Amino acid sequence: MKFSTTWLKDHLETDASLAQITDRLNAIGLEVEGVEDPAVRLAGFTVAKVLTAEKHPDADKLQVLSVDVGDGDPLQVVCGAPNARAGMKGVLGLPGAKVPANGMELRKSAIRGVESNGMMCSVKELELGEDHDGIIELPDDAPVGHSFADYHGTAPVIDVAITPNRPDCMGVYGIARDLAAAGLGTLKPIAIPRFDAEGACPVEIRTDDPEGCPAFYGRVIKGVKNGPSPDWLQQRLTSAGQRSISLLVDLTNYLMLAFGRPAHIYDLAKLSGAVVARRAKNGEQVLALNEKTYTLDDSMVVIADDNQVHDIAGIMGGEDSGVSDDTTDVLLEIAYFDPPRIGVTGRKLGLASDARTRFERGVDPAFLGDGLDLLTGLIVELAGGTASEAVHAGSAPSEAKQIAFDPAMTSRLGGVDVCAEEQRRILESLDFMVADGWPTNGQVSCPLRRHDIEGPADLVEEVVRIYGLDKVESVALPRMEGVARPTASADQKLERKLRRAAAASGLHEAITWSFISDEQAAVVGGGHWSLDNPISEDMKVMRPSLLPGLLAAVQRNLDRGASTVRLFEIGRRYLEDGEHPTLVCVLAGDKIERGWANGKASTFDAYDAKAMCLELLEAAGAPVDRLMVMGDAGDVYHPGQSATLRLGPKNRIASFGMLHPSTLKAFDVNVPVAAVGIHLDAIPAKKNASFARSPYAPPALQAVTRDFAFLVPHALAAGDLVKAVRGADKANIVAVRVFDVFAGEGVPEGKKSIAVEVTLQPQDKSYKDADLKAISDAIVAAATKLGAQLRG
Amino acid sequence: MTDLIEQKTAAIGAIDACTSLEALDEQRVAALGKKGWVSLALKTLGQMSPEERQEAAPAIQAVRADIAAAIDAKKAALESAALEAQLASETIDLTLPAPATPKGSIHPVSQVMDELAEIFADLGFSVATGPEIEDDWHNFTALNMDESHPARAMHDTFYFPEKLADGGQPASSSEAVGHTKMLLRTHTSPVQIRSMAKLAERTPGGEPIRIIAPGRVYRSDSDATHTPMFHQVEGLVIDRDIHLGHLKWTLETFLKAFFERDDIVLRLRPSYFPFTEPSVEVDVGYSKEGGRWVVGGNGDDAGHDWMELLGSGMVNRRVLEFAGYDPDQWQGFAWGLGVDRLAMLKYGMDDLRAFFDGDVRWLDHYGFSAFDQPTLSAGVGAAS
Repeated sequence: MKFSTTWLKDHLETDASLAQITDRLNAIGLEVEGVEDPAVRLAGFTVAKVLTAEKHPDADKLQVLSVDVGDGDPLQVVCGAPNARAGMKGVLGLPGAKVPANGMELRKSAIRGVESNGMMCSVKELELGEDHDGIIELPDDAPVGHSFADYHGTAPVIDVAITPNRPDCMGVYGIARDLAAAGLGTLKPIAIPRFDAEGACPVEIRTDDPEGCPAFYGRVIKGVKNGPSPDWLQQRLTSAGQRSISLLVDLTNYLMLAFGRPAHIYDLAKLSGAVVARRAKNGEQVLALNEKTYTLDDSMVVIADDNQVHDIAGIMGGEDSGVSDDTTDVLLEIAYFDPPRIGVTGRKLGLASDARTRFERGVDPAFLGDGLDLLTGLIVELAGGTASEAVHAGSAPSEAKQIAFDPAMTSRLGGVDVCAEEQRRILESLDFMVADGWPTNGQVSCPLRRHDIEGPADLVEEVVRIYGLDKVESVALPRMEGVARPTASADQKLERKLRRAAAASGLHEAITWSFISDEQAAVVGGGHWSLDNPISEDMKVMRPSLLPGLLAAVQRNLDRGASTVRLFEIGRRYLEDGEHPTLVCVLAGDKIERGWANGKASTFDAYDAKAMCLELLEAAGAPVDRLMVMGDAGDVYHPGQSATLRLGPKNRIASFGMLHPSTLKAFDVNVPVAAVGIHLDAIPAKKNASFARSPYAPPALQAVTRDFAFLVPHALAAGDLVKAVRGADKANIVAVRVFDVFAGEGVPEGKKSIAVEVTLQPQDKSYKDADLKAISDAIVAAATKLGAQLRG
Repeated sequence: MTDLIEQKTAAIGAIDACTSLEALDEQRVAALGKKGWVSLALKTLGQMSPEERQEAAPAIQAVRADIAAAIDAKKAALESAALEAQLASETIDLTLPAPATPKGSIHPVSQVMDELAEIFADLGFSVATGPEIEDDWHNFTALNMDESHPARAMHDTFYFPEKLADGGQPASSSEAVGHTKMLLRTHTSPVQIRSMAKLAERTPGGEPIRIIAPGRVYRSDSDATHTPMFHQVEGLVIDRDIHLGHLKWTLETFLKAFFERDDIVLRLRPSYFPFTEPSVEVDVGYSKEGGRWVVGGNGDDAGHDWMELLGSGMVNRRVLEFAGYDPDQWQGFAWGLGVDRLAMLKYGMDDLRAFFDGDVRWLDHYGFSAFDQPTLSAGVGAAS
């Protein structure tokens, strides 16, 4: 909220400078978001007197002025304003000054060949009003050479962010009270203009919903004259960023902005019968002051007369009974509404207002009668009229909260030592009542307006913020003994290892949005979690796969001219059964660029994906040797160039391969993409992991290799042959490696040739010919079971 | 005898004149071969008398040795010349590009999260996680923001339709029953609740806890400086006598370690968060160097100012209660801090949106080597 220092000083007697005020505001939790200081804005603008005005030799509409700025030689200034004339006083912007309206810095210059040493300014140029027909004309007694900002008296405006717990500071008076408590001056009492109340209120006022509206105070004023507001009122509203509308409306705004007290004024002529606070009827409608019609329900409080609803209680008045320039008789409403009910109503209607902001946070229940009298007094004083007696229907909460408060709590929670007497002084300066016998006996009683105070911790906060948070000294957390212990969980360690392994393998880590579009989700089988209120259709569904985000990134990179994109992401997939940590890699475009040594560029293939997948799984500590390569990697993959890696048929740990052309098409990716997906939560945790490795000594005897070439059915997977060979003699065969696969000339139709190198490791003694023959026979026999024939 | 000497001189001359190994071998055969003149001379020794032999033998042997040495030397010289010639012919242009190993990188957010984990591990904090699809109870109610709390409106929450909440199981727990409106967590604070609740299950009334909880959070807000998804790190310390002074120390200590400078100055300002009481906004002093914000120094000093860094405070006793802790026994502090912003402040990126674009040029420039693993002994930061 914004206010001028002039306004602040209506309520606070203080000599403090602007800087002292803003520092203190920050220190006590009323955060200064900005200060607009006209003295800064208008620096370099001076009260000046025009001595002579002559026609510009080369321009009809310009004049050459000689201007006195009070320090000796007059300055020559070229001016285009028709009202510039000898003898007048105005405002001169000197070279170096910045014109507030456009930020332009004034300079000494030549205008049509005549030197000009500044600019005579209009109201609009100084942002003091809309008028730009001519330059400002100041009265004859304006002191020449004086700073215009000083002369004009425009006070600095402070913009303060009020946290939701402090509705009591959503008025200038409340801010003044906090500053006074913080030692920055003396709070002035609220001056209520005197008026004579004559006769009973002619309108019946009552509340039929004492829960939603516990108190409804009001009175009638007859014979008022609405019109423009006086300058002091307009200036205050302007400083708060509010437009002046009419005296009556301005006065209710003033009451709200100065005292945090929303009120409403009805045009009495538009009302008929009793005016009642009640629950709205379901489906009841009201045309509000913002010219929109709202449909209400029975959870909402309204103010209505015999015919219709005139006010969405605590939020916005009705258009039909608002005051106008013709209004002569008015009904004032000052009520207390249940804060949660106002909040719920506001949310349901999607309707925000300054009144709602205050009511839903809680206004001062003790400021109904005085608030009504203050508003009445101001209206009678400024708009005339005769006030009736007030009606006080119902009563606002009046029971002050009592808190047992141990002053030691302040150091225990706040970390500062403040003696009990100082704590008492601070609390009392904020209108808390501290029992005489405290701290030994008695409690602290809270002012009704402090809805935020719930217990001792809140009192600690009050004491500490006024005493000064800057006085809190750092105190070291007690340390555990010894060297810091590891704190990462197994999952976290896994992610960290994989992240660095992937980056070390040449992939860039990307972070993509958790939400994707419906269309993107559909490509990967659709998402379960669809947002109710997405920020856009592109960010609607929680991703069931990391592929869409990465493919979209691939596409953007290709569009920017990249020929190779290697990306990975570690993040969650959001499925119906929860969130699953996942690693996805995409290898797009050129694996090897065209080069002087290798010739043409080559693209990634499914074996690159397989290698990456196994490398990462190895880094993850997965039992790579036990993984089975199986099919069914899913529709996003190329059906013939993709596979899954499983531990047992059901436990799918990873998938890899080339992506399906239609997947790529959906993301406008026009290069082949190899991909890897690893389900981190499917990797089994290591059991009984210990630092000591299993015992091992390199064998003394040298390993022996033997090659075997088999003719096998074309459909036989090499992996199956390797597995069979490997299993032929588990004691002696330590490795089987495919080194040639061939089909075509010399190989019968429907067959292919697979050559494997088998490594045999003798244990206690070297192999004899008979041993090797036995192993070979076993290998051939095992292969034969798969339909393989040993090639001669 | 003089013949032999002359012959030797001639042979050594011929050996020296050889230009190939083949020619040299011919010379060897001519001199030392079975029928070579040296071999023949040696054979004459057999027919001599012992006296003659005694005289002639050393001379012939010497000739033989000299020739053999000359051949060996020449052979070595020819071989060396041949090798040199071969090597000369094998010269390649090493200004040609070598095949490059592709370079990958760690995203700055991950790197900074690892740095945080490292620093806080030394202070005894473990890393906690929780679901991003949260229920209303953990995200708001248990953090002292009930249905009608005005602060809820300030969170720009993404919600899921109610019906989903009924069909899908809330990702965790028993407290959520009856509060199953699901949403995207707006802060990492629900992890406080989950972490404390887990401990309170083990130890009724609660037990000491020190955690940080980094992760993705979501607000329906998007402009130049806000993205609908970003990263936060929550911190929580609960023990018996923890107060605001400890909070200040912890944050100072962390920031000193993180920015690797000792002139970190904090300013605490009173603020308001429903889940803390007292609540404190923490500013850090900074200056501008070459248009960049550089953390360090006293914000009140010339050329310096304060920047809002994070919100924090003493955990509200209601929050402790909601999490199953006994607020009369336990107290402590919590804070929430933007990870992306920390990364930007430390490593100098200026565009938050670029964090989530996956532009390989950006990642290559701002990302980190896999081997820049933050460690305390080497300093957690990775200088470029």
